[in-house]
Amino acid sequence: MQTKRTIFSNRVLPYVLLAPQLAITLIFFIWPAFQAFRQSFLREDPFGMKTTFVWFSNYTRLFENADYLNALWVTLIFAVSVTALSMSLSLLFAVCVNRVLRSGRFYTTLLVWPYAVAPAAAGLLWWFMFNPSIGILPYGLRYFGYDWNYRLHEGDAMVLIVVASAWKQISYNFLFFVAGLQSVPQSVIEAAAIDGAGPFKRFWTVIFPLLSPTTFFLAVINITYALFDTFPIVDSTTSGGPSQSTNTLVYKVYADGFVGLNLGPSAAQSVVLMLIVVALTVVQFRWIENKVQY
Amino acid sequence: MVENRPYLNFLTHLILIIGAATVVFPVYLAFIASTHGASDFMSGLVPMLPGDQLASNFSQLLNVGNSVAGAPPFALMLANSLLMAILIAVGKIAISIISAFAIVYFRFPLRLVAFWIIFLTLMLPVEVRILPTYKVVADLGMLNSYPGLVIPLIASATATFLFRQFFLTIPEELMEAARVDGAGAMKFFRDILLPLSRTNIAALFIILFIYGWNQYLWPMLITTDPQYYTAVMGIKRLASVLDGDTQWNLVMAGVILATLPPVLVIIVMQRLFVKGLVETEK
Repeated sequence: MQTKRTIFSNRVLPYVLLAPQLAITLIFFIWPAFQAFRQSFLREDPFGMKTTFVWFSNYTRLFENADYLNALWVTLIFAVSVTALSMSLSLLFAVCVNRVLRSGRFYTTLLVWPYAVAPAAAGLLWWFMFNPSIGILPYGLRYFGYDWNYRLHEGDAMVLIVVASAWKQISYNFLFFVAGLQSVPQSVIEAAAIDGAGPFKRFWTVIFPLLSPTTFFLAVINITYALFDTFPIVDSTTSGGPSQSTNTLVYKVYADGFVGLNLGPSAAQSVVLMLIVVALTVVQFRWIENKVQY
Repeated sequence: MVENRPYLNFLTHLILIIGAATVVFPVYLAFIASTHGASDFMSGLVPMLPGDQLASNFSQLLNVGNSVAGAPPFALMLANSLLMAILIAVGKIAISIISAFAIVYFRFPLRLVAFWIIFLTLMLPVEVRILPTYKVVADLGMLNSYPGLVIPLIASATATFLFRQFFLTIPEELMEAARVDGAGAMKFFRDILLPLSRTNIAALFIILFIYGWNQYLWPMLITTDPQYYTAVMGIKRLASVLDGDTQWNLVMAGVILATLPPVLVIIVMQRLFVKGLVETEK
């Protein structure tokens, strides 16, 4: 790994400088992760009197558990919907902002601030709009003969958390798409225009392929966001219901472990989640290496 | 633009106006709700225009809180949030910049190991190790305390990487010149590296301040004493009363108050924020 050509020669100082970061990492990250790993192979009786080593039993039970399989499925639908909805809207807005020259900054300001809204607040904002008794959207939907109620209809609850999560993520995707669009060379676009390609054809055959690194990067980031950062949205709106239709993996770890105090199975769920994060991180860093090469 | 197409220009503005309106609308509605009295929601439909209860709603929430929901005065929660966000941002920057300095400007045994341990924190967000982390904090006696709210969150791989990347772009000659002039490691760090990192520190501060302010799960886990509640977790408490009794005006006033500070930071420092965001995450 890279250092400077000339370096300071002090034997103790670098360790002192690293000590705070390493201490916090070891105490609050590595050690708890190790504990979760260890616990996932143990089973404790309800009174905490006796602990037995059960090999992979917690894991096999997990993947035989209908609730867990349901949570996997729910998380998959949720993550794909949030990513697709948020990224397509952001790309549309970014392309538009990139077209208007003078008012671009004005629209950008209007579009970026949701980045700062806490996920819990975003959840409550949409929860208010979607509330069956006083919300404005159910009121509108009743005109079309649809009885909206996220507390009863599983599909409605999923739509609520997808919309709230996608809304919050639009600003992030938008900024990266704008940055990506600005790095597309103007000469390539002009060349395509001279060859007779109209704006839509230029977008799909020239600009969109050149954006693919940004798109791929954002897809990974959005999936990570949908999997892990949306816990407050679920917790502040549906709490996993109705009948577990919005019980995502992260929410389930919390509900089983912290509320239900089911140590072994909850630890096994944590380990599965860690493996997912590791996989996503590796994919993300591969992307960065590829980007650096050209 | 390559060519001028009035029809397409019109469509572009139309999409942006509809888009911006959709993005702003939920907050507009929340603001409207926070200006009405509790009884205005009985009719079953949210009012669309501002009411006259703005001052009384906000002053009740800030000074008294909501006794029905068991929430303390909101001013206290805002102060806690501010303290927590600033301490997290400063803490993350402080420990990351010295770690990056050690990794770039020194060669020592176990340097790679240290780098990888820091890197691992990326893979272990709070959400995936809730219970054991809670247990560690409980064993250290840090439940219901400011150190408990802050310290477990201030390790930062991304900030360390950002500073490392930046230090690697600083010309070698600067350090050689400093050494010729007889400056030691810490003097070089204080008088040359820190001033050069100013913009990076400011951009990072914005991102990390928002990160700290918006923490939800962690404060919810480790605080049971209302004295340590933060604004973002507090609004959930305002909202979680039996549905019939929800005081929409107060809940939405809470949402506005908890949202306003970070949003203002972004709007006022938009350029620095965009720079910080695009550079931290690459």
